[in-house]
Amino acid sequence: MPDTASPSPVAVAPVLITLQLNGEPTSVAVPPHWTLLELLRYGLGLTGTKQGCDKGDCGTCTVRIDGEPQLACLTLALEVRDRHVETVEGLGVGGEPHPLQEAFARVGAAQCGFCTPGMLMSASAYVDNLTLQDDPVVRREDIAAALAGNLCRCTGYTKILQAVEEVAQVVLDRQREIEESTAEEP
Amino acid sequence: MTLSSKTENSSQGRPYTVVGARHGKPDALDAMAGLAKYTDDIALPRMLFARILRSPHAHARIVSIDTSAAEAMEGVHAVVVGEEMPTRYGVIPWTPDEQALATDKVRYVGDAVAAVAAISEDVAIAACKRIVVQYEVLEALTSPEAALANPQNKIHEANKHGNITKQVQLAFGDVDAQLAVADLVIEGHYQYHGSTHAALEPHCCVAHVDGRGLLTVWSATQVPHYLHRELAKVLEVPTHKIRVIQPQVGGAFGGKSEPFDLEFVAAKLAMKTGRPVKCLYTREEVFLAHRGRHPFDMHYTTGFTKDGKILAVDAKSVLDGGAYSSFGLVTTYYSGQLLGSPYTFASYRFDSTRVYTNKPACGPKRGHGSVQPRFAIEVQLDKAARALKLDPIDLRRRNFIGENTTTINEFHIGSNGFLECLELVEKASDWKARYGKLGRGRGLGVAGSTYISGTNYCIYPTDLPQSGVQICLDRSGRVRIFAGTSDIGQGSSTMLAVVAAEELGVHLDDVRVIAADSDLCPVDLGSYSSRVTLMAGNACLSAARDLASKVRQAVAKKWGCEKRDVILADRRAQRLDDPDVFIDITDAFILAEVEFGTMGSTGSYQTPREDVHGEYRGGTIGASPAYSFTAHIAEVSVDEETGDVRVENIWCAHDCGRALSPVLVEGQIEGSVYMGFGETVMEHHHVMASGLRTDGARRDTGPGKDGLLAHSSLLDYRMPTTLDTPNLYAGIVEKPDPRGPFGAKEAGEGPLHSVVPAICNAIFDAIGVRIDSLPVAPEKILAGLRAQRSGGQSC
Ligand code: FES
Ligand code: FES
Repeated sequence: MPDTASPSPVAVAPVLITLQLNGEPTSVAVPPHWTLLELLRYGLGLTGTKQGCDKGDCGTCTVRIDGEPQLACLTLALEVRDRHVETVEGLGVGGEPHPLQEAFARVGAAQCGFCTPGMLMSASAYVDNLTLQDDPVVRREDIAAALAGNLCRCTGYTKILQAVEEVAQVVLDRQREIEESTAEEP
Repeated sequence: MTLSSKTENSSQGRPYTVVGARHGKPDALDAMAGLAKYTDDIALPRMLFARILRSPHAHARIVSIDTSAAEAMEGVHAVVVGEEMPTRYGVIPWTPDEQALATDKVRYVGDAVAAVAAISEDVAIAACKRIVVQYEVLEALTSPEAALANPQNKIHEANKHGNITKQVQLAFGDVDAQLAVADLVIEGHYQYHGSTHAALEPHCCVAHVDGRGLLTVWSATQVPHYLHRELAKVLEVPTHKIRVIQPQVGGAFGGKSEPFDLEFVAAKLAMKTGRPVKCLYTREEVFLAHRGRHPFDMHYTTGFTKDGKILAVDAKSVLDGGAYSSFGLVTTYYSGQLLGSPYTFASYRFDSTRVYTNKPACGPKRGHGSVQPRFAIEVQLDKAARALKLDPIDLRRRNFIGENTTTINEFHIGSNGFLECLELVEKASDWKARYGKLGRGRGLGVAGSTYISGTNYCIYPTDLPQSGVQICLDRSGRVRIFAGTSDIGQGSSTMLAVVAAEELGVHLDDVRVIAADSDLCPVDLGSYSSRVTLMAGNACLSAARDLASKVRQAVAKKWGCEKRDVILADRRAQRLDDPDVFIDITDAFILAEVEFGTMGSTGSYQTPREDVHGEYRGGTIGASPAYSFTAHIAEVSVDEETGDVRVENIWCAHDCGRALSPVLVEGQIEGSVYMGFGETVMEHHHVMASGLRTDGARRDTGPGKDGLLAHSSLLDYRMPTTLDTPNLYAGIVEKPDPRGPFGAKEAGEGPLHSVVPAICNAIFDAIGVRIDSLPVAPEKILAGLRAQRSGGQSC
């Protein structure tokens, strides 16, 4: 029997929402059943965020919502109304690559590059949350745990962990410098 | 860690400037910024979305298909069924047994039967549900035993011998006589399970017909040229009316190395509707498309002298092929043909049979056809070393085949760094101090292997080059390369840029590579069989040398010296004997253009006719211009309470001839080791079977399970995460081979092979239990320990 009972998905009335997207106020009409991933890729043309499974298993769709790494394929677009969403397109500043992007490129942490945007978003959340007070050393295990939700099929993770480790070290060193210089001030 | 042989760029008599430097990929920041365009990132105006309706049955005859309700739906633009493109195709031209959409029968759960193009994916999905297919369900044959026991129930009616797709029997030397005189004979029964590529980018295709009737197909493929040919055949459109473009590909590993239903479907629907059409696989469809590692059932008998020399290898294998031939003809040959080195066999015989079953088709996964036999032989060697009380590394050294030699099956081996590979991993793992001494529960295991750098022959018979490259120089000191090569993440475009930059004296950033567009680039056969560095690299080298020679000649004329006195390096043309005399490379290119006109050249690669193959039927399959060599040592710990195996460290050393880009070579080694580790201890492409037992009785696993995938998600198909992956050590050994560009051989597939037996041999070192049936699993460890306690296993 053909399935003629289900309603036709042709005309689903979109809903207008506003959000902060990579630091810009953005208004967009979105079908209410769309995921954030559909909104980004199809609605806004931000195709840097990837779809590897659409089921929450691979991490290629990782974006940051209010700073937290989240899976765009498991987030309804309507949920990000009035919230801050960051994607890989917003990672670099003023035409300069983010230190993670630079390190990934330099050490060869991307082969096919398909996992890379999601990896970078998880890694940037990890790096942004590093503080000397909480933990003054960089540990591979912590980085591995922070990236455990992001699959990569190409690299064996070795160079990815290396890139994040290098950047994390720089971040902590800089914090240490600042701490020392403020301590010296009378 | 690197063992290397430093030499200089022999064409210009100066040290290398780009080759061997620790560079990344010139275009890496595109991927970082989310700017790299993959197929699914393409959006064209008025684009429609296609979905494919798939069979719920493993084996059934199609009685009728009614598409009227789907066609009547608002938003649906076209429906296509198999009758509209019934031509059978196959990547191997001798075994065309696939159809874009099934017409007569479906042969696995997931076989494609119809497709819809609609204004959105949602509408296409809803429309697929309105297509009514009537099936007459047939007995599903979901194991090779069942398929062999029921030859009258043919999965392919046109097949000659029941359900056997290919059988290869080859013998070299007198195996029986050698076994009769052997001091030690080891017999083993090995089972290798199925696994799949699971590239993170799902297959995707966009097709569009322009105003002139040119069909453009963008596809996530690793073989744009073979896709081009098969599209022409199935769609009945001449090749010059088709343009195939491969955008950035998000991983492939052999899983995108033949045409798939979505490419025909998107193209046909674009032709029917006059609008662009995109088809993107769901993750479940990727698992169904498969073409992954064949499950093998192997019986090996190996004879040794008392000092560990291999006298005889007798191998019998049954390959579970799944529903279609795919590359299976080649797989069946590879299962025996690629075992002939790095060890000398005094005699060798193999008998391999590939069988159709009602499951997703198997094909070429990284290390095509040779990972499974490698597992068997390397465990056999480990058992022999134990029995003969020899160090397993020493036993391998004693059987080393050497360089510039010929295998027993008449393949020519050029450079061979296998001994150096063994030495590197032996030192790095501190083997001598630690092997057999780590205490119960912890162990080390070693294994070695070899792989091809491309095959001497194209998949279809032709005298045309296997690879062509075109290079242009421009007036701003830039180099543009046009090549049919398919960069799937392994870095083939970087490889071409390195080769050209080295010869033409520019920086990597000065080279633009335009690849895999059939309208712009000369043909390359594709990224398979680890062929690209050697073949496209040689084509590129020849084109670049041609241009470099002209540039040097023009500069020499101006300076009133000989061409050989001018070298190109580091964005300069300079005197070989006086580095203070130089001009900018841009000026050198301009001088050359004044002298010779527009600067362009072509290069091509064809296997030299003199070093082809063995003089017997099948002796061409597996013959390669150059062979890579690899050694692995794995360190494991085993929890005897739970049966859990933890792989702690894996050391790999790989002889790639010359590392043109060491960072990328390390990446290939690390990725290969990771993938081999994953399939050894975690992954299983498992299709549930009820079907028939060998005795013909039905197994009672309940209805509806026949041929269903046990996992259709990346959660259930357990591939290793950052937390599962052991420490990986990638060691490069460089034994330049005269047949490779600058001596380079392959690096993308060889380093996967011997990790599998190395892990299993390490488990034996840890607890004295043999895992001869993969994947490694706690219940097998526990069963082995139980058998051990009751006095079962010994070596
Ligand atoms: S696409 Fe969202 S987790 Fe895979
Ligand atoms: S680089 Fe290909 S999946 Fe990570």
